[in-house]
Amino acid sequence: MATQLPRKDVVIIGLGWTGSILAHELTDEGLDVVAIERGPWRDAATDYPPNFDQDELRYRIRHELFLRPDQTTFTFRNKMSQTALPIRSWGAFMPPNGVGGGGVHWNAETWRFLPSDFVLRTHLTERYGASFLPEDMTIQDWGVTYDELEPHYDRFEYLCGTCGTAGNLGGKIQNGGNPFEGPRSRPYPNPAQKQGFGHMLWAKAAAELGYKPFPQPSGNMSQPYVNPLGVRMGPCTYCGYCEWFGCGNYSKASPQTTILPVLIRKSNFSFRDNSEVTRINVDASGKRATGVTFVDTSGNEWEQPADLVILAAYSMFNVQLLLLSKIGQPYDPVANTGVIGRNFTHQTMSSVNGFFDKTKFNFNPFVASGAIGMCIDEFNGDNFDHGPLGFVGGGYLGQVQTNGRPIETSPVPKGTPKWGAKWKQAVADYYLSNIKSGSIHGSMYSYRDVYLDLDPTYTDRFGRPLMRMTIDFHENELKAAAYMTDKYAEIVKAMGANIVEKSPRKGPYDVTTYQTTHLNGGAIMGADPKTSALNRYLQSWDVPNLFVMGASAFPQNAGYNPTGTVAALAYWSAKAIREQYLKSPGPLVNA
Amino acid sequence: MTIHRRQLLASAACIVLTAVASKAVVAQHALPWHPNAGAPPTPVRPGPWLHFTADEAKAVEAIADRIIPPDPQTPGGKDAGCAVYLDRQLAGPYGRAEGDYNKGPFRDGLKGQGPQTADGPAKQYRAWLAALDKHCVEQQGGKHFADLSDTEKDALLGGLESGEVKLTGVDGKEFFEHIVKDVQTGFFADPIYGGNRDMVAWKMIGFPGTRYNYLDWIDRHNERFPLPPVSLEGRAAWTPKAG
Repeated sequence: MATQLPRKDVVIIGLGWTGSILAHELTDEGLDVVAIERGPWRDAATDYPPNFDQDELRYRIRHELFLRPDQTTFTFRNKMSQTALPIRSWGAFMPPNGVGGGGVHWNAETWRFLPSDFVLRTHLTERYGASFLPEDMTIQDWGVTYDELEPHYDRFEYLCGTCGTAGNLGGKIQNGGNPFEGPRSRPYPNPAQKQGFGHMLWAKAAAELGYKPFPQPSGNMSQPYVNPLGVRMGPCTYCGYCEWFGCGNYSKASPQTTILPVLIRKSNFSFRDNSEVTRINVDASGKRATGVTFVDTSGNEWEQPADLVILAAYSMFNVQLLLLSKIGQPYDPVANTGVIGRNFTHQTMSSVNGFFDKTKFNFNPFVASGAIGMCIDEFNGDNFDHGPLGFVGGGYLGQVQTNGRPIETSPVPKGTPKWGAKWKQAVADYYLSNIKSGSIHGSMYSYRDVYLDLDPTYTDRFGRPLMRMTIDFHENELKAAAYMTDKYAEIVKAMGANIVEKSPRKGPYDVTTYQTTHLNGGAIMGADPKTSALNRYLQSWDVPNLFVMGASAFPQNAGYNPTGTVAALAYWSAKAIREQYLKSPGPLVNA
Repeated sequence: MTIHRRQLLASAACIVLTAVASKAVVAQHALPWHPNAGAPPTPVRPGPWLHFTADEAKAVEAIADRIIPPDPQTPGGKDAGCAVYLDRQLAGPYGRAEGDYNKGPFRDGLKGQGPQTADGPAKQYRAWLAALDKHCVEQQGGKHFADLSDTEKDALLGGLESGEVKLTGVDGKEFFEHIVKDVQTGFFADPIYGGNRDMVAWKMIGFPGTRYNYLDWIDRHNERFPLPPVSLEGRAAWTPKAG
């Protein structure tokens, strides 16, 4: 029997980036806000201080800061005809857990999507004709445009102190930046980070081949920074322990280093950690959320009533909670009806390794930051003519090597034995003179048979069905991956590598080797309630006092890291709540 | 507001009384803070085997020395402590597959669906090493793995790797893949976990270890970093000798 808590104006499910942003915005509006977070409170001093943060085994290999699969996991299959089995330990992606969410252990690669990404179907159809797209590809326009999101991207970048070189200021192309990006209203708040030898050698080779390399936009500070909320961050020390790790230097943008110190001082905000929301409660009409039910670490059940519910968990958990709460019509891929679980996507990552003459090249791979690196955008989105190529989509290409941590980063050329004296010698020979993890950050577009639903067999610790992923790569994505990998390999060859090894992403999709944690869709935004779960303000079409944040709103994935766009959408939604919804609670878009 | 806060505090107190491990707390006005609350890793200390039997340990040390053979510059897997590392890992959360999803039904799936076993690594290693010993005793004239010549050891390990050598009741190839991965992980992990003794692996490749600030080296392109490695326990040169 759930114990009833006093009513709040707003309950937020999950206190990561979007939960923190919404809490800050809505408390500014004078609302009484409580956030409920499944995982523990985390901070640098206690969880990842620099006297033991640099521990590859603990944080990377044994996943210290992540959700444990025994708390909850997913089941997975490639095709509808197969039986999905549970992911028993993490591989292809690593779901976050705890206050700060993925913002604690991300690399802080802070990208904007291209203007054409937001009107993808319209754009591609106009340029290539509708028949150019594969028949079962279900890409959609977002219902929001780049121009509408620009102020919100800007706001997030200034919150984070993002370091970079603008490529397009108000329509004027800038030297040294990304010439393909949408117009920016002002420069980045901080100059780009410094780059290592490998990053710069790659950029030089790319420039010689006629490309326009630029520094990756980084949330690791290039200099001390005080953000608009008055929170101070220190300069990044290029320690090489960023992704999978928290930052012991307060140098990486995270909710802890940008918002929470200010948010917690507000008398109208509180949060509960180690408390998992098990459902969103709706009234008898099914059209109004009344609050949430959650369970704490003692197994006690609580009910938190609220006038407004913000669902701000990790993308797939947003979808799961909607399905478990019976909000919105579940997607049926056979009948092609329903929306919850529809247009689920991940990423199509490929890579190229280069091995160099050790007497001439010393890359010191351990000197790096999470979002360091040089990139080109010639092969992203629709920045190049797909007509003769027979596929759509793309990604940024970057030499973005983030570390030289040796358990994971001690590559040897193909053909070297995997053990024994020859392996040992090759590791010693190439550790300092190889380029690993060239990032080919391929998009993944949506398809009718790639989706999320509730698993019929496997359950979590509360007995609730796990989320079932049905996902495989389609020919379009594999073609794009092969094409971009070839382009990347040409650059590595031009750097002077003796051995260039291409690893284009191949099918079938598998959950054992890491790609990214950029899983998207399943509760997408759009203009039509028949094909989207949320309207353009991230408001549920079915339950107007429920807003759903996160990458679950992406109708398909672009060739970038998602956090910049996730945060811009959160600010965009918060603005609509503040300026429109609160004045007249109800649907912001009439279907 | 006052009422809200009092009720929240009351519910927090309730949780504190009943919870055992990480407790759910309500944070308001200040971020949670406890002095000296960090949890540094517990250093592995030399001493008796915690997971392996003496015979198992002999075999694992011999295998570790073939996966990473000693050479004049760098010790092999055995002297680097890789068997000690694996022993302590198997005796801890890794051995028990703690945190993994362990609900049934257990079914064999596609390779891309990941391992689907109910046994954690501790149990698996027990079965794998018993099967290896049985194979050696039966096929190699009563000898145990550690008693074989280096050439014989390599031939057997190579056979497990390729699948040509079969072990009874277990998947020899799976065993080989696991032990290569675990031994190499122990070789490169921080010495605090028992392997990579005296940072031998880091010295071999030129990795400076747990240093946390390269601001003075980010601009020194193509120049070798000059300082020796440091581990989570520092360096021998920093530690005063007893007496």
